[in-house]
Amino acid sequence: MKAAVRPPLAWLGPAVVIGGLLPVAVLLLDARTGALGANPVQRALLQTGVLTLATLVLSLGCTPLRRLTGWTWPARIRKALGLIAFLYALLHFGIYLFDQGFTLQTVLDDVLKRPFITAGFGALVLLLPLALTSFRGSVRRLGFARWTALHRLVYLAAGLGVLHYWWGVKKDHTEPLIYALLVAALLIVRVVLARRAGGRRPASATRLGASSERPPSA
Amino acid sequence: VTPAARPLGPYDVKDPITPYAQATSYNNFYEFGIDKADPARMAGSLHTRPWTVRLDGEVRKPQTVDIDTLQSWFPLEDRIYRMRCVEGWSMVMPWLGFPLAALIRRMEPTSKAKYVQFTALYDPKQFPGQRGNVLDWPYVEGLRLDEALHPLAFMAVGLQGRVLPGQNGAPLRLAVPWKYGFKSIKSVVRITLTEKQPHTTWSLAAPDEYGFYANVNPAVDHPRWSQATERRIGDLGRRKTLPFNGYADQVAHLYTGLDLRRNF
Repeated sequence: MKAAVRPPLAWLGPAVVIGGLLPVAVLLLDARTGALGANPVQRALLQTGVLTLATLVLSLGCTPLRRLTGWTWPARIRKALGLIAFLYALLHFGIYLFDQGFTLQTVLDDVLKRPFITAGFGALVLLLPLALTSFRGSVRRLGFARWTALHRLVYLAAGLGVLHYWWGVKKDHTEPLIYALLVAALLIVRVVLARRAGGRRPASATRLGASSERPPSA
Repeated sequence: VTPAARPLGPYDVKDPITPYAQATSYNNFYEFGIDKADPARMAGSLHTRPWTVRLDGEVRKPQTVDIDTLQSWFPLEDRIYRMRCVEGWSMVMPWLGFPLAALIRRMEPTSKAKYVQFTALYDPKQFPGQRGNVLDWPYVEGLRLDEALHPLAFMAVGLQGRVLPGQNGAPLRLAVPWKYGFKSIKSVVRITLTEKQPHTTWSLAAPDEYGFYANVNPAVDHPRWSQATERRIGDLGRRKTLPFNGYADQVAHLYTGLDLRRNF
């Protein structure tokens, strides 16, 4: 049971959801006004793909930010950011399905034969169980250790997402490289933090798993 | 989508023409930047007059010629061509220009001439994209001599009845409609007949992905994506890509005996 105390920064959660979904509105508006250019489907694909990676990176940044600064608010928006990333991944995949005229055979061929699509599809598949176990009570049902292990898949998903972006670009890899470096840096920070926590791991694990809404007791 | 306003000639396609606004705002022209919108945005920095073209190599009369003089050598023709980008989209472009064969014959090739090499302008002051090294500059392209002499191989100086816009390769560009768009080099300053197969920019940049021939081929995928379908700009869905971009009847004979999987 949670104490009925309004947490500080109560506006943060709604702000993240609204801000995170605002690009959908912009995308729809751009589609209506023709601002997506001569190849709107391609543009929408690219934008939803980049939004997936961007929100995923933001969600991955929450825990390191909390651990490094001691602030508690990043932990409170982590789940929302992760779910928004999943939503963009679904949207991205949906636009791709539309682009292929919903022909299952083409999609199957793409997924099986083309590394570029395989990587992207793999990332989506990996995100699915994470989204499904992001509800209240999932941690308890799965047990903390299993839940944590499962949710580490997010790094693999992010890596595959970056690879998908990298392979999809014809020549200039600047933007995929930025995401690759961000994901790599966040992963390294997590590994270093876990090492440093070393002996105290069970304690810190309990703290993490008990509730992402509760400030760490240390 | 506007239908052609004139009777179609033997080299025209019947497909509806891509609206001018789209054909001039969605371009790959890395000399101006890598984004599709960069060329239209930056085209003002390109000055197409005065402009000279160097004609040399295995020819009897090497010379440098002013673009207006060069253009006056030939009667200008309209050609409605398909243009298929290697990225999986396509347009229908009403070019104005002259057959490449006419120019090559005028250059009087020697018996050693086997290939044609094209060089685009190198000038980072006019081409902001050349200040970075996304590709090796200048952009170079090439054709086998028999490909270059094919009546479909075309040098364009205009688009849809107007002078060629900078973003589409002013003042002089190649149009080889049965090959992926990157073969059709833009803003040409030099045409050289050579004995050996010339280097081409994209095959230097990624030899496993872009070959010398670059014939449109739905059966040979790009290593990272399918070439089986394309989106015609203006359409929401995709259509099947045709062998040689639909020009197989005219050009397939050029490649008899050549393994098109290996010579992609």
